[in-house]
Amino acid sequence: MQRHLISAADLTRDDAVLILDTAEEMARVADRPIKKLPTLRGRTVVNLFFEDSTRTRISFEAAEKRLSADVINFTAKGSSVSKGESLKDTAQTLEAMGVDAVVIRHGASGAPYRLANSGWIDAAVINAGDGTHQHPTQALLDAFTMRRRLVGRDAGIGQDLAGRRITIVGDVLHSRVARSNVDLLHTLGAEVTLVAPPTLVPVGVETWPCEVSYDLDSTLAKTDAVMMLRVQRERMNAAFFPTEREYSRRYGLDGDRMARMPEHAIVMHPGPMVRGMEITAEVADSERCTVVEQVANGVSIRMAVLYLLLGGNEPALTHARTTEEK
Amino acid sequence: MSKILIRGAKVLGGEPQDVLIDGQTIAEVGVGLSAEGAEVVEADGKVLLPGLVDLHTHLREPGREDSETVLTGTRAAASGGYTAVFAMANTFPVADTAGVVEQVYRLGQEHGYCDVQPIGAVTVGLEGKKLAELGAMHESAAGVTVFSDDGKCVDDAVIMRRALEYVKAFGGVVAQHAQEPRLTEGAQMNEGIVSAELGLGGWPAVAEESIIARDVLLAEHVGSRVHICHLSTAGSVEIVRWAKSRGIDVTAEVTPHHLLLTDELVRTYNPVYKVNPPLRTERDVLALREALADGTIDIVATDHAPHPHEDKDCEWAAAAMGMVGLETALSVVQETMVDTGLLTWAGVAERMSFKPAEIGQAKGHGRPVSAGEPANLTLVDTEYRGSVDPEGFASRSRNTPYEGRELPGRVTHTWLRGKATLVDGKLT
Amino acid sequence: MDSQQDTQASDARPVLEGPDIARVLTRIAHEIVERAKGADDVVLLGIPTRGVFLAQRLAAKLEQITERKIPVGSLDITMYRDDLRMHPPRALARTEIPGDGIDGRLVVLVDDVLFSGRTIRAALDALNDIGRPRAVQLAVLVDRGHRELPIRADYVGKNLPTSLRETVKVQLAEEDGRDTVLLGAKQTSQ
Repeated sequence: MQRHLISAADLTRDDAVLILDTAEEMARVADRPIKKLPTLRGRTVVNLFFEDSTRTRISFEAAEKRLSADVINFTAKGSSVSKGESLKDTAQTLEAMGVDAVVIRHGASGAPYRLANSGWIDAAVINAGDGTHQHPTQALLDAFTMRRRLVGRDAGIGQDLAGRRITIVGDVLHSRVARSNVDLLHTLGAEVTLVAPPTLVPVGVETWPCEVSYDLDSTLAKTDAVMMLRVQRERMNAAFFPTEREYSRRYGLDGDRMARMPEHAIVMHPGPMVRGMEITAEVADSERCTVVEQVANGVSIRMAVLYLLLGGNEPALTHARTTEEK
Repeated sequence: MSKILIRGAKVLGGEPQDVLIDGQTIAEVGVGLSAEGAEVVEADGKVLLPGLVDLHTHLREPGREDSETVLTGTRAAASGGYTAVFAMANTFPVADTAGVVEQVYRLGQEHGYCDVQPIGAVTVGLEGKKLAELGAMHESAAGVTVFSDDGKCVDDAVIMRRALEYVKAFGGVVAQHAQEPRLTEGAQMNEGIVSAELGLGGWPAVAEESIIARDVLLAEHVGSRVHICHLSTAGSVEIVRWAKSRGIDVTAEVTPHHLLLTDELVRTYNPVYKVNPPLRTERDVLALREALADGTIDIVATDHAPHPHEDKDCEWAAAAMGMVGLETALSVVQETMVDTGLLTWAGVAERMSFKPAEIGQAKGHGRPVSAGEPANLTLVDTEYRGSVDPEGFASRSRNTPYEGRELPGRVTHTWLRGKATLVDGKLT
Repeated sequence: MDSQQDTQASDARPVLEGPDIARVLTRIAHEIVERAKGADDVVLLGIPTRGVFLAQRLAAKLEQITERKIPVGSLDITMYRDDLRMHPPRALARTEIPGDGIDGRLVVLVDDVLFSGRTIRAALDALNDIGRPRAVQLAVLVDRGHRELPIRADYVGKNLPTSLRETVKVQLAEEDGRDTVLLGAKQTSQ
């Protein structure tokens, strides 16, 4: 049985709903005077970050600590990695210290898959974002946020997102968030539409379980949740779009566009936001924007994943797709 | 010198015959031959081919002796049934001067497992800026006739034009590694359905095809000939087919791995499948097989690219590109072309010996199996099936994509000018 | 849960039926009022799944007796179990603490079957992270013996001497469609 969480595509509908339901219970721990559970006492989790990502790292760290795990943070900067040590050697060094799970963020797509499947280490591997491939806990926290807002906290228990219409806007080509969300939201029954300039949609997208549109305005009117992806300014220099002004005019979300969405529709962003590029300050600060909620939900989701993968003698998730090599 | 009688061999896959080697030469081919004092090799229905010729091998020496040397590379070649290999120029230092190519040539002669014909760089340091001393390399003891910046594309159209023109003076040929550099910045694998899902940088087919289209037109314009390395896409096949129909003097090669493997394998993120050009789709594989069968693609060349273990035992993006191939090439060709009915063994001899020797002007290689010809021969047990075990490789490197895969055929004997380099599957 | 071991219907026999269960809950309610001197600071916390229904039924009876609203909630102990590492992780149940909390209150934990005592130990740990009650008491429908920890119930519906080869299964209308307590033989492994 798989002990890892590498890709959102590996989760079945029931696995995903179990994670969301578990996260809903975990969220209640945050309201207690003692925000801590003894569940992972004696287990050691290393946060192995080869890329800077303070947000994701502290979210995992908070989740690990709330479950009483021992936490080791390892960031590549200034470490032996920057002196040329390989991923394999780094991982094996950490495992020699008795690590039960590795939460890995890596710039190379597939690095967590490699770590989990190459026989280098025995620890469970949780993907905290790899290159332009996957970021499964981000997709889970997004789905959690949608379920809470669109279905309801209590009404959502046991439910998926069947029939909800989700629009993801921006740099799909370079986005692990988009890939993970398309996979997971499809599994949960939602209808996903990607909106981006054609330069920022990957060749091969036609086999993804979603629609693709180049026109934001025509999709917004029938959207339950819109997710704005960060667009890095350097993409402009690589001719993905002519100017920042043109991008935000065609694909940015401002107050006027938001007003055309259904009343119940929410605005999401995985952060960090580039205000003035893909989202205006008016939208970012509005009631409908769930950015801060997403951060809080991230801790609950990561607690749920850690509990379900590490809490027992074997994982509670039955991964459908990934098979270990050999 | 001694005599060797090969008894009951299917010469080029035909009816069993006997072949008598006397010294460095084939003395006689016929039925019921006998020769006093000759060492007898019972072929017992195995297929006898002319010694194979690889127009595209990386021997890594000088500079990367940790992955391969001329010695280990030529031993691997003999193991795979090769009697001549063309060694690519991307060594350290680059084979862009007479001195480096002569050194590589001499090492091949000294070891005696397989003739080594160095390929000279087209441009100084493979940098694509300034022509290397092509004439001097041709006039050197190595007698270089094939020039290539392989690993890098001669992407500057003017430099490519000049190179094509310049080598006409001595009948040389430029072998192009077709890869438009701007279209492949950050590229990690074939661009398509799988790359979109895996989030690996896409390597579009058009990056190869646009260069091939340009170069066949340049060759036509300047009246030269051009050779295209490792064709990998269905579109490239179409362009070469068109060029040939137009009478353009173009030849093309395909690697064994592009005849068998597809980009679906990249889903494992195992860098053993990382190669340049990248593994393509099923549609491309089928088009390449068809093109090799109908002669649009002239030859099979291995692109044998050894890498040390640590360069593959890592994450995909950090891994080196390339696969070893000398010791599995004939098996893969049997699997994809012979056992599928696309090629006869005579067709294999054409594409893995006669034609590559002709393109590279390898003297004494790629000759018919008949009396008076040099005794460069390969005996193949085509009935054999077995799984690939890299531990048994003669190559210094193990980066094969076929580990554990069952493949047909096994080279049992190789003779280089009458001298056995491989006997019963063991190097001499 | 102690009570959730599968019991073959064929050889299980009822030891408590619906009316018995109603009667013992009424008795326990009266005992709580008596021992808690009016029960004005009582908070009932049921342990999922069936303990929650029992707590709700007890609360209703206490409200009849005292004519006051009795705070009732649930306490999931999954994350505090001492055998977490021996099974795959279980789905979590709801922990619902009544609005005024448990600080300074008399918490009565309610469960269906008291067996090894490990569930109650976990519940005491869980309570510790939620607040500081004035006192904690325990009410169970059935005490089947075989304690592995120094834990006892303050209110017991029925003492049921059992052997370790037997199983006790509580069924409640809210979850199982009927009220009964079944005593059966443990299934031998196939």
